[in-house]
Amino acid sequence: MADSGTMTAAMTGPRGPKPKRAFNRTNIMIYGTLIVVALYYALPLYVMIVTSLKGLPEIQMGNIFAPPMEITFEPWVKAWAQACTGINCDGLSRGFWNSVRILIPSLIISVAVASVNGYALSMWKFKGSEVFFGILMIGAFIPYQIMLYPIVILLREAGLYGSLTGLVLVHVAFGMPINTLLFRNYFASIPEELFKAARVDGAGFWAIFFRIMLPMSLPIFVVSLIIQVTGIWNDFLFGVTYISSPDRYPMTVQLNNIVNSVQGVKEYNVNMAATLLTGLVPLVIYFASGKLFVRGIAAGAVKG
Amino acid sequence: MALSDASDVTAQVGQGTPARKPTRIFKNLSSKIASLPMVFTALVIFVGGTVWTIVYSFTSSGLLPRLKWVGLDQYERLWSSRKWMVSIENLAVYGICSLILTLVIGFTLAALLDRKVRGEGMLRTIFLYPFALSFIVTGLVWQWILNPQLGLQNVVRGMGWESFAFDPMNNSKIVMFGLLIAGLWQGTGLIMCIMLAGLRGIDEDIWKAARVDGIGTVKTYIRVIIPMMRPVFVTSLVLIGSGIVKLYDLVVAQTSGGPGISSQVPAMYVMTSMFGGQNLGQGFAASTMMLVTVVIILVPWAILEFGGKKRG
Amino acid sequence: MTNSVEIKNLDLSFGAVKVLQNLNLDIGEGEFLVLLGSSGCGKSTLLNCIAGLLEVTDGQIFIKGKNVTWAEPSERGIGMVFQSYALYPQMSVKGNLSFGLKNAKVPKDEIEKRVARAAEILQIEPLLDRKPGALSGGQRQRVAIGRALVRDVDVFLFDEPLSNLDAKLRVDLRVELKRLHNQLQNTMIYVTHDQVEAMTLADRIAVMKGGKIMQLGSPDEIYNQPRNLYVADFIGSPSMNFLEGRLEAGEFKVDDMVMPMNGYEFGAPQTADRPAIIGIRPEHVVTGELVRNAPLQFEVDVDLVEPMGSDTLVYAKLGKHSFRIRMDGQARVRDGEKISIGIDPSRASLFDKSTEDRL
Repeated sequence: MADSGTMTAAMTGPRGPKPKRAFNRTNIMIYGTLIVVALYYALPLYVMIVTSLKGLPEIQMGNIFAPPMEITFEPWVKAWAQACTGINCDGLSRGFWNSVRILIPSLIISVAVASVNGYALSMWKFKGSEVFFGILMIGAFIPYQIMLYPIVILLREAGLYGSLTGLVLVHVAFGMPINTLLFRNYFASIPEELFKAARVDGAGFWAIFFRIMLPMSLPIFVVSLIIQVTGIWNDFLFGVTYISSPDRYPMTVQLNNIVNSVQGVKEYNVNMAATLLTGLVPLVIYFASGKLFVRGIAAGAVKG
Repeated sequence: MALSDASDVTAQVGQGTPARKPTRIFKNLSSKIASLPMVFTALVIFVGGTVWTIVYSFTSSGLLPRLKWVGLDQYERLWSSRKWMVSIENLAVYGICSLILTLVIGFTLAALLDRKVRGEGMLRTIFLYPFALSFIVTGLVWQWILNPQLGLQNVVRGMGWESFAFDPMNNSKIVMFGLLIAGLWQGTGLIMCIMLAGLRGIDEDIWKAARVDGIGTVKTYIRVIIPMMRPVFVTSLVLIGSGIVKLYDLVVAQTSGGPGISSQVPAMYVMTSMFGGQNLGQGFAASTMMLVTVVIILVPWAILEFGGKKRG
Repeated sequence: MTNSVEIKNLDLSFGAVKVLQNLNLDIGEGEFLVLLGSSGCGKSTLLNCIAGLLEVTDGQIFIKGKNVTWAEPSERGIGMVFQSYALYPQMSVKGNLSFGLKNAKVPKDEIEKRVARAAEILQIEPLLDRKPGALSGGQRQRVAIGRALVRDVDVFLFDEPLSNLDAKLRVDLRVELKRLHNQLQNTMIYVTHDQVEAMTLADRIAVMKGGKIMQLGSPDEIYNQPRNLYVADFIGSPSMNFLEGRLEAGEFKVDDMVMPMNGYEFGAPQTADRPAIIGIRPEHVVTGELVRNAPLQFEVDVDLVEPMGSDTLVYAKLGKHSFRIRMDGQARVRDGEKISIGIDPSRASLFDKSTEDRL
């Protein structure tokens, strides 16, 4: 026979009935741990927000965890419109718009290419298609550093080095493995008979893709878009490597330059406002998409 | 039986029906054309790029790549460079701690969340949001929180603990742990999510059987559940591992490799040699070493995953 | 009767695995042919080859005299119905029916006409504007049949179309399919692992195993004159009783029992004695009053009784061998009882022990 302690513990098993007393020792421990950990996770966001709303004197006097005594939005305005990188003093807005100009075409092209790849790989396999896919997947694990310089040469040859277009192409290439995998697995889960029926009905490669498969795969498009938006927006390495002029830096690169510039007084409030601004796009996507975000990373991660 | 009056619509039979086997290349042509971007990326960028860099790592390329063979010179220089050794040590410390802590924290959080807690959705959202952020954002926030004059250390001292000292931004001995705190903050949520999915995938009857057998909860996790989740752990390991090797943005944002060179990492060494130091050969050699590291991580995994499947 | 589909020396291999081997099959105009076999026997593979959904390794396929071996599925003049229905989920029933016609650039009014006609035949007119998700299994399968119907083709291919339906619906749709075939008189090729479907629907059945046709014949031939041990064992439920013995001068001897095979039609005159196997269907064993008239009579020990309502299955011991007997549902038999049974050699099957072919 199990002793009573074991029994209580077993009773709180994940799918068992809810324990009758809400405040037994086990529960207090579970909730206590979770709440403390949650505070650790939430803290940086909180610090970012309160710091960005304080005046500089208040920051230098006080406690970074204390809420602002006097709320000011000036740091936000300054971060967006006036912060300096080098000689440019028009704020993060420049980087923001650069990132948007990089993001939109990258998104469209990479999702289009990946969905077609996934479709071809799952339904129209040809000799060698699995090999190319295998290489693509291995490529996702190789440190990007080893491919950086050859791509510089390729882009230079194509006259695209330093341009936004070049960076877009780089994002398309490096977003390809994960998104192709995502679409391939999704299309592979569609019953093969549906594909056969469409072929008997005389539909070819593109007709089946556009008429049958696309209307069925909206959720996976959303997942893919989420992965790409956060991935491309958060990129730093490619932005700093393939954009040659500070005018065209994406937001993350510009943010790093603003905050880590050694000149002048450190304006912590402006820095935090800028940081928060940069994080805002993925955060909004994250909080708005909820479960789909989780599904996206799980789909990308679990079957590697 | 004809559904139509027009007998000519008896349709599709005919019209240039080939009686001979079609040529190989033209078979599935649309699919092949549609896959060209993938083929290009795989062959030219991934394979071509990697091979190119490895080849040029045996040359004396400086400002520009050139094919002047120097054998293993670049590697000898690399391994005698103090900056590179520091980078490797840092990565090892960061890597081992990050691997263990991410797995432990990720699994513990997932197990706690799996206990039918109230507000699971909210807690999960809080644990995972850092993952949506850029490493630059993460690095800058933690740089600010760990600011020795105005950050955490100052606050704790202000509360009366005058001798408290935690200043990784200034202290080269513990700077890697400052990075570790930030890295864990960003990365554990993902592993928790994967672990949670793994836990949810375990048959409910296992828990019932354990309860019937009178096995305690913790013991059930350690003896039954964790062994069952082996594939999930392996996946997590690969993800964390390949993430560690790529560690770069976070360091740039949080410490810029400082103080001094005390938080240098291999990826940073590559970047400064290639784009800052006009020392391409060193960059190529260093990035080849990074590749070797990944191969060392990946090959056992691939054998475990795919070699095992063939036998089964 | 002219041939609608001709298959000549068909081979199909996946790597080293031979799925179909030198297969020949002629299917007559308007014939209902069933490909029957257990899973992995190659029946669905063969159907997919006929449809053009799988590329053959060698051999030829003719439909209506035209070599279609390398033609696209849509160019072969076939319609196909799948086990999972395979309806396009985002299109209405009407959209599903007309998709193939639109791809073939059939004029609009013609499409309307054909869809209306098919809907009428299958009685799915009220469903035309619904999405497949809102239909029941039986309705979905009707739409799937309709999709083949509107294409106005010579040959219908069915790939286990009733397997996903529950037992009662399966019977209903089976009857409807038979009625549809009587009405349309198209050639139909039907794949199934269900022998009841095969027996009830087929003009001819091709029993397949290991990528080969074991026997091709009418349901009656398949049931009464199985050409080899495999077919004999596969067809019939409960399956045939087999006893191993020797055939000596027209008499089958097993242990100390002797069964003179009077009335059994040998395929060829038997000259030599040989080891053989006799097959007797449980339902061909007679009991009670009828035993007296049977050419062969035996005593058996009842081992176990399974009353099944419509009939009673008795497991008995005939000498040392276990023996199944199908009796009337009203039969009152108890375990351990001794009963007499009668066997008619003309209804039995004899097989050579080494070749397993019918004698």
